[in-house]
Amino acid sequence: MSEKRKPRVGLFVTCLVDTFRPSVGLATVKLLELAGCKVEVPEKQTCCAQPAFNSGDSKSTRKIATNVIKMFEQYDYVVVPSGSCAAMIKIHYPELFTEGSGFRTRADELADKTYELVSFLSDVMKLKDTGAQFGRKVTYHDSCSGLRELKIHKQPRALLSKVDGLHLEEMADADVCCGFGGTFCVKYPDISNDMVTKKAANVTNSGAEVLLAGDLGCLLNIAGKLQREGSEIEIRHIAEVLAGETHIPAIGETDQ
Amino acid sequence: MESTSRKFSSNAREALGDSQLQRALSNVPSGFVNKRAKAAAALPEFEDLRDKGRDIKNHVLEHLDLYLEAYERRVIEAGGHVHWAASAADAQRIITEICQAHGAKTVTKGKSMISEEAGINAALERAGITPIETDLGEYIVQMRGETPSHLIAPAVHLNKDQIEADFRRVHDHLPKDRVLEEPASLVREAREVLRSKYLAADIGITGANFLIAETGTSVIVTNEGNGDLTQNLPKVHIALASIEKIVPTLEDASTLIRLLARSATGQEISTYTTFSTGPRRLGDLDGPNEYHVVLLDNGRSDMIGTEFQDMLRCIRCGACLNHCPVYQAVGGHAYGWVYSGPMGSVLTPSLIGVDEAGHLPNASTFCGRCEEVCPMRIPLPKMMRHWREREFEKHLTAKSIRSGLKVWNWFVARPELYHRVSGLAAKFIKARAGKRGRVSNLPFAGGWTKHRDLPSPQGKTFQAIWKERQKNG
Repeated sequence: MSEKRKPRVGLFVTCLVDTFRPSVGLATVKLLELAGCKVEVPEKQTCCAQPAFNSGDSKSTRKIATNVIKMFEQYDYVVVPSGSCAAMIKIHYPELFTEGSGFRTRADELADKTYELVSFLSDVMKLKDTGAQFGRKVTYHDSCSGLRELKIHKQPRALLSKVDGLHLEEMADADVCCGFGGTFCVKYPDISNDMVTKKAANVTNSGAEVLLAGDLGCLLNIAGKLQREGSEIEIRHIAEVLAGETHIPAIGETDQ
Repeated sequence: MESTSRKFSSNAREALGDSQLQRALSNVPSGFVNKRAKAAAALPEFEDLRDKGRDIKNHVLEHLDLYLEAYERRVIEAGGHVHWAASAADAQRIITEICQAHGAKTVTKGKSMISEEAGINAALERAGITPIETDLGEYIVQMRGETPSHLIAPAVHLNKDQIEADFRRVHDHLPKDRVLEEPASLVREAREVLRSKYLAADIGITGANFLIAETGTSVIVTNEGNGDLTQNLPKVHIALASIEKIVPTLEDASTLIRLLARSATGQEISTYTTFSTGPRRLGDLDGPNEYHVVLLDNGRSDMIGTEFQDMLRCIRCGACLNHCPVYQAVGGHAYGWVYSGPMGSVLTPSLIGVDEAGHLPNASTFCGRCEEVCPMRIPLPKMMRHWREREFEKHLTAKSIRSGLKVWNWFVARPELYHRVSGLAAKFIKARAGKRGRVSNLPFAGGWTKHRDLPSPQGKTFQAIWKERQKNG
């Protein structure tokens, strides 16, 4: 494929990946390039507006969304290494603007070309095998927005099945919320704790050595709980495994 | 019923610390969730039925006035009486007056959430009339002086040994050495105790799952047959229902009945589905001499035309409660009023005000499991968000959230400053984490670190790394 015809992908890196785990962003770039995309990263991007949206602050949400639309509408595709931020743009941005308005059309157009990373690799770029190797027993947590708003379930499992040496062990209730929920985990810490405790137990009982998911919010939450309980289970974003970037320390760990 | 929804947070904390409650709630997922999944999977047209159900109710809500009037005409033609109650107080007055007109001393009751909402038992007791709940779960809850904690399983918050203790306490006329260990023996005992009450009752009150406009029929579904005895044995039957229970035709009722039991308990159909049209006719072997319907509005007509109209499609199957991880964690009583779980989080603020019940639509991660299983495809998370919007507009949102959000939005609108500050935050937390790779406590993050560690950032932000990379080619 010539350089010219490569699809131009705008990477929406998400605030959590940007601040907490840039290696997920780098793995995402690597995967997109492997799939034949040209990746660009608008430097003025910040947040997708979920905190404002989920707190009922419609005015701020619209303002932030307007900026994101302007910044990303130039690309062939927008790819996000997170189900919940992708769903924000793909499902909820259009809801913010009145039908028939100019920004509604622009939000609709952006929504049409925005994808969560793994579903983009599978469904759009038809990538079947990332050529990665990871000889571990893993389990996969379906994050709620990815699963229910974007219908992502088969895609991560299909790509993981091609990772050399990887064995996927499903946990019980893989589709049940981990209790993160953005501001929920600090507004209702005790309920959130009950939910993540149950999730951590399901992860442990799966017998897997590694937990994977596609959303850093869920991963930070479950990692924080497992590690508070003294668990040895390794926790990673799925992009790192698919990109073969597993030499760097896992979430909450150092190489020291 | 007095609301404690304002205290949701402390209600929830108490519930989480209640080991009996937690033991009882642990049965919810395996019981309801798996059974519903099996029933839905076994019916190829289940998803189409959900579309049909949604369309039927949407149609009714667009023409509610017409269908209510048509229904009223049919009930009167069949010899029944229709009473319109704008508020809970009206419903209490109307029902009390009917009871008093017949000199009623005891009233048997079928399971009815609308009766809970309207506070009928308390009103009857104030008038010196004894209400007797005949649904086993309701009977248990009434004997404990509690309210139902679930739409269709009122006593789901209790364990068998607690119920056994209650039976021994209340049924003190029975031999003390009787064996009550098996659920079946509890059911048998309740049935024997209740049998005489059915026969002695002056009036039977039931709710209605559906009201059929073309025939003037009220429909109830039960698994115990208690509803039939409640409405057929006494001389007078009062059906209390909220106005959105209307469906146009018998065919429509059938469609919704196919959805209801599968979504609720995973049954193809409830054990008893009973259609009542008017009082006993000449030649009928049984049935009441008088048949009354009390139609309660209680704030529902105000929901029509608002972003909460879709909530009126609800058929009270309880699937959203069963699948909700928040409900599974705290149970129904923590929500502080009649309705709980996701449907309660949307409906309660409509009925008692968002000032009172503002916590409920906030206590959700928007995980979306409720909407996924709702037979009527009610967009519950979306409506909870609409409540949050109302709260934000009315300045009811918690101050800490509001000011935190203000700061966040301010930074988000200033990318350069945002990136400088997020870079500093990453470095700060990483330094604090040191060699451990995570922190166990962090200023301003107590909500997080009380229960879990915070994994450390890697140090540099993605934007900083990307910039360097672009510079170095």
